[in-house]
Amino acid sequence: MKRFSGFVWKEFLHIFRDFRTLIILFGIPAAQILIFGFVVSTDIKDARVAFLDLSKDDVSRKITDKICSSGFFSKTDELFSYDDADKVMKSGKARAVIIFAENFGLTLISEGKASMSIIADGSEPNSATLITSYASAIVADFNRELAMAGENTGVLVQPEVRMFYNPELKGHFMFVPGVITLILILICALMTSITITREKEFGTMEVLLVSPLKPLQIILGKVTPYFLLSFINVIIILLLSWFVFDLPVKGSLLLLLAESMLYILMSLSLGILISTVSDTMQQAIFISFLGLMLPTILLSGFIFPIENMPEVYDYVSAVLPPRYFVVIIKSIMIKGTGFGYIWKETLILTVMTVIFIGLSIKNFKLRLQ
Amino acid sequence: MRTILYLIRKEFLQIFRNKFIGKAIFAVPIVQMLILVPAVTFEIKNVSICLVDRDMTADSRRLISQLEGSTFFKIKYSTFSEEEAERLLHTNKCDMILKIPAGFAKDAGLGTTTKPLAAINAINASGAQLTWAYFSGVIRDFNIDLITKSPGSAALSSMPQISIFNRYWYNEMLNYKYFMLPGILVILVTAIGFLLSGLNLVREKEIGTIEQMNVTPVMKYQFITAKMVPFILIGLIDLALGMVIGKIFFHIPFEGSIWLLFLGSFIFLIAVLGLALFISTFSSTQQQFMFVAFFFMIVFILMSGVFTPTESMPVWAQKFNILNPMAYLMRINRMVILKGSAWQDISRDIYSLIIIAVAFTLLAVRKYRKTA
Repeated sequence: MKRFSGFVWKEFLHIFRDFRTLIILFGIPAAQILIFGFVVSTDIKDARVAFLDLSKDDVSRKITDKICSSGFFSKTDELFSYDDADKVMKSGKARAVIIFAENFGLTLISEGKASMSIIADGSEPNSATLITSYASAIVADFNRELAMAGENTGVLVQPEVRMFYNPELKGHFMFVPGVITLILILICALMTSITITREKEFGTMEVLLVSPLKPLQIILGKVTPYFLLSFINVIIILLLSWFVFDLPVKGSLLLLLAESMLYILMSLSLGILISTVSDTMQQAIFISFLGLMLPTILLSGFIFPIENMPEVYDYVSAVLPPRYFVVIIKSIMIKGTGFGYIWKETLILTVMTVIFIGLSIKNFKLRLQ
Repeated sequence: MRTILYLIRKEFLQIFRNKFIGKAIFAVPIVQMLILVPAVTFEIKNVSICLVDRDMTADSRRLISQLEGSTFFKIKYSTFSEEEAERLLHTNKCDMILKIPAGFAKDAGLGTTTKPLAAINAINASGAQLTWAYFSGVIRDFNIDLITKSPGSAALSSMPQISIFNRYWYNEMLNYKYFMLPGILVILVTAIGFLLSGLNLVREKEIGTIEQMNVTPVMKYQFITAKMVPFILIGLIDLALGMVIGKIFFHIPFEGSIWLLFLGSFIFLIAVLGLALFISTFSSTQQQFMFVAFFFMIVFILMSGVFTPTESMPVWAQKFNILNPMAYLMRINRMVILKGSAWQDISRDIYSLIIIAVAFTLLAVRKYRKTA
């Protein structure tokens, strides 16, 4: 045991010796949480739309005002011909063009109905759908106002809505847990992925190999200091999401901390595993960075919900640990569920950790080639 | 000039000497594109509903079948217990509970407003809003149906109504693959170049071989150029590979000029590699560089507008994007590939990229010291 604690102490010294890295280590996650909590949002706000109003009457102007004052849209240009529409869209100046045909208001009054069109830039499908559906909702509202002016309200069924878990519809609730998941796995895996390769590359590995330490002791000794550092990171991140983004912790804080410990332990062991299979630090960094970054961003359900993906991705994403942690963290923090609801995810993460550590020990070669 | 060529040859040998990295720089983009591109979509379909129908009349059933008729909703569970329904929502088994109260048909028949309740899981706020918008649309149709069938329907048909036609240009079917492919490709190309070029330089520092470079008569600019050229070439090859994959597997349309795309990417790569080398000149270990690179990469990616629109970001973030080379390339890529934008549409972005590229490269050359 004394031998082991000596080894852990050596690893600590390695980390603290490099003061710059240490600052980076705590600074980066904090900075990222702050930046992305504010920046990442799939909703639209002030989407740029251009108007082509060939009618220029009372009604078209009223609708234009209503659309512009909604907060979702901002008016960029007033167009005069259909050709302009192509121009503003191609140059990216407008995301959509809203068109009122000639005699829009007159037709509405004389025939009782009129139509307008929205041309949206489909090269960004998500914004395009949001733009058309928000604009449609605004016009539907306008229709209702018109109907109110007449007597029949035309509304017999009027659903009530309750937004569960996030009544104020804050985008943070979706993205902050995702950002936490992404940053923790990358930071942890990057940290440990180079520890063993560094010893290999600098030749100090031989010293470790001739020592009486067992592979398991070496691996645990490498993980322990980083585990403590990452745990401090977890606390900083949780405090920031609590104070800055008002993310609640509805469930048990103790459970949340325990689950986070499991997750960082899993990520650190994954890093160690990468470290045992790489020959150089470059290779280790390459694997942990390129192998983890995009799959975590895209397949963990952090920005893109897994339910919307084609069915096979339910299985593809099943091998990615972040997917489970996103569920765990959202359940505990936002829904306030207890362990009973997330034991399955916890079990999977535990099994993954054990597999990673087991494989690392197996790959850990006691002899040099 | 000959010196640079020899140095470039040395860099290539160094990169491809590591068998894994030599293969991975081409294999990783191919594999990740094939796996990731089809996955990514915001398109919401199959919102699973848990139904609590307390009315059980012809009217309520008609509303349900209208919901099922849209591709958007799917009725997955049906129960009479509210607790059961909430438990399903709690465990993510369903996304929405629809409760139709008893007396639903009777009230509607009498002309009084009746209120079914929709409870939506709103952790994904924009998804929840979209669900609500679609649901309101179904209800609106249902209302019109009810009224036209009732005796006083003449009043309604005389009511002024504005209808909307939606059209999507450049991507009529709103295919997400067309949207994501250029983005994912750029991320992969950038990450590979940024990481490897920077690590390359720091590694020389860490194992001391940079001393040998420093005592040679090689000029600073020659050294930096030689570090950049291999990764520019690798990046452009990866880009071409990615476009071929996009064409063959995802039938991505290519509207604009391919040369314009490569011109933009070329300048972009200089900017990114310049920044990577600049950072590496003041990192002393690969670990330090790795963390700083991680920070910049993630910031560049998530702020560039590749996944989420830049307009909805706060103003300071949009200002930051003036310095973010990826934001420019993302825009150029999508505009050229999907909209067929020409030089005059993207010239401003290209000029800005050139300024950034020159600035970062000069910084790297200046900061690199040949003395220890």
